[in-house]
Amino acid sequence: MPANYAIIAEDVYKHFGDVKALDGVSIAAETGKVLGLLGPNGAGKTTLVRILTTLLKPDRGQTQVGGLDVLRQKQQVREIIGLAGQNTAIDEILTGRENLEMVSRLYHMPRPAAKRRAQELLEQFALTDAADRPAKTYSGGMRRRLDLAASIVARPSILFLDEPTTGLDPRTRIAMWDTIRSLVSDGATLLLTTQYLEEADELADKIVVIDHGKVIAEGTADELKANMAADFIDITVANPHETDKAVQLLQPLSDESPQADEGRGHISLAVGSGAQSIAEVVRLLDAEAVAIAELNLRRPSLNDVFLSITGEEIVEEEAKPKRRGFGRRRSA
Amino acid sequence: MTQQTASAAISPVISQSSALQRFVWNFTDTFVVMRRNLYAYQRQPELLVFATIQPVIFLLLFTYVFGGAIRFSTGGDYINFLLPGIIIQTILFASANTTVGLSVDLSKGIIDRFRSLPMSRAAVLAGRTSADTLRGAFTVLIMIVAGYIIGFRFEDWGSGIMGLLLAVAFGYAVTWISATIGLFVKDPEAAQVAGFIWLFPLTFASSIFVPTATMTEEWLRIFAENQPVSVVANTVRDLMTGTVNPDEIALSLLWIAGIVAVFLPMAVWRYARVASR
Repeated sequence: MPANYAIIAEDVYKHFGDVKALDGVSIAAETGKVLGLLGPNGAGKTTLVRILTTLLKPDRGQTQVGGLDVLRQKQQVREIIGLAGQNTAIDEILTGRENLEMVSRLYHMPRPAAKRRAQELLEQFALTDAADRPAKTYSGGMRRRLDLAASIVARPSILFLDEPTTGLDPRTRIAMWDTIRSLVSDGATLLLTTQYLEEADELADKIVVIDHGKVIAEGTADELKANMAADFIDITVANPHETDKAVQLLQPLSDESPQADEGRGHISLAVGSGAQSIAEVVRLLDAEAVAIAELNLRRPSLNDVFLSITGEEIVEEEAKPKRRGFGRRRSA
Repeated sequence: MTQQTASAAISPVISQSSALQRFVWNFTDTFVVMRRNLYAYQRQPELLVFATIQPVIFLLLFTYVFGGAIRFSTGGDYINFLLPGIIIQTILFASANTTVGLSVDLSKGIIDRFRSLPMSRAAVLAGRTSADTLRGAFTVLIMIVAGYIIGFRFEDWGSGIMGLLLAVAFGYAVTWISATIGLFVKDPEAAQVAGFIWLFPLTFASSIFVPTATMTEEWLRIFAENQPVSVVANTVRDLMTGTVNPDEIALSLLWIAGIVAVFLPMAVWRYARVASR
């Protein structure tokens, strides 16, 4: 296997009964780069992360992390990786500082070193004010930061972040992106899973799109978009009741059926050439007296990419799966 | 693998450490996890208070409600018969915390953190069982104080303390059974029930509250006389009332060692396989 890949999964299968969580997935993350694993809920992202971080055994398939065989060299793998899972892995009763000291101690740092490292991380993640408060009093964003801090206690060269911003408000999410960028700036390899296209676009050097346990596309964000070779026109009609009518009118302009959101009167139209089509759109709608509230021309987003590959929208925030209740209370 | 990210190693590397060092880490890791679990008790004092009040209530109820009726079959003061028994009962019931505590941990992300660390595999479990054993020992002290207030007296402090240590050691062994159960029952609410249910027959079909000789069904009597709870309860009772019987003590220690020898590896095996979701 090539030596410059920090994470390699080859033809990995994992079935849970009838559910094919992973159905022959192969990915490779270049050393020092960020690999984004993009897919909707239930695509198999978390299963793959759990397999690569020694938490779950695959049914079959090869897995290597840092040149080590994940199945046969579990303890060595654990020494070089950091994991921040989807369920925030912190102890609610302990304070932020105690959480970090505990993890440091479990990496077998001597007590003074563990104390120093905890203090360092509290500063790095802007948690010093809350350092001596129980973690259960932390906000969602603070918990994620503490969790991230715990995952890099031993300065891992390979980091796994499983949906690090799911459930965070937009402002906190953007702050988290900066934090994540700074984590990989000194050369660590990162495997990041996300269901947010924007997030993969922002953070990942390379993106693997995964759905129903299979890799369905991969490349850089630009490569994925280039494959579409189309522009998009976003139209908002003034009267949402006319959405259907507008879709009928605009259908001839596109090879694909337009995406419509009747509630908001929003239509998204894939066209060959944006500049030409935009005049057509205006003409067609105007002729039938459909008032336009907003009109935008844009390059395809990753959402469009996903849609064109799978025929499904990426699941957005509202449709998050139910999680177990424990440890999920978020204080305001 | 290119060593591109040679970040300063700040923690010792397990794979390059000596066998002795790794052996020692089993204990230091256990200690770290134990401390974490003890913090939880310390920070939820109401938990500790109620866990302490419950056995004291048992002690008072049995002494004053049943004591009069049972006294005739125990030959003498019921409190001297009851207190050693109820200490075993307390320690058995305290072990149900291990089941609940572990299944709560398993339902949270923290267990993934532990499992992804290069720490001792047994430490998460041993840290739990030892914390719960300490908590059980604390409750035993309270029981002794309560017992002294209502009339219990050690015949001999030396053998009495030996009896208490034996009771705590038995409690430690039982927490490994509880841990194994907790690793099979992942749902914390189911664990509430599962943690206790198996303790009832072992506690009541034993010599804890009544002499086994008074049991009318022969099969029950034979079971009650020979099951480990009775064996240990009898030994502890003898020690606390001043009788040192080496054979009895040896048999108790054998049961304790046997339980640990079976359930510790089983729990560790189960832990390695259990996925938290």
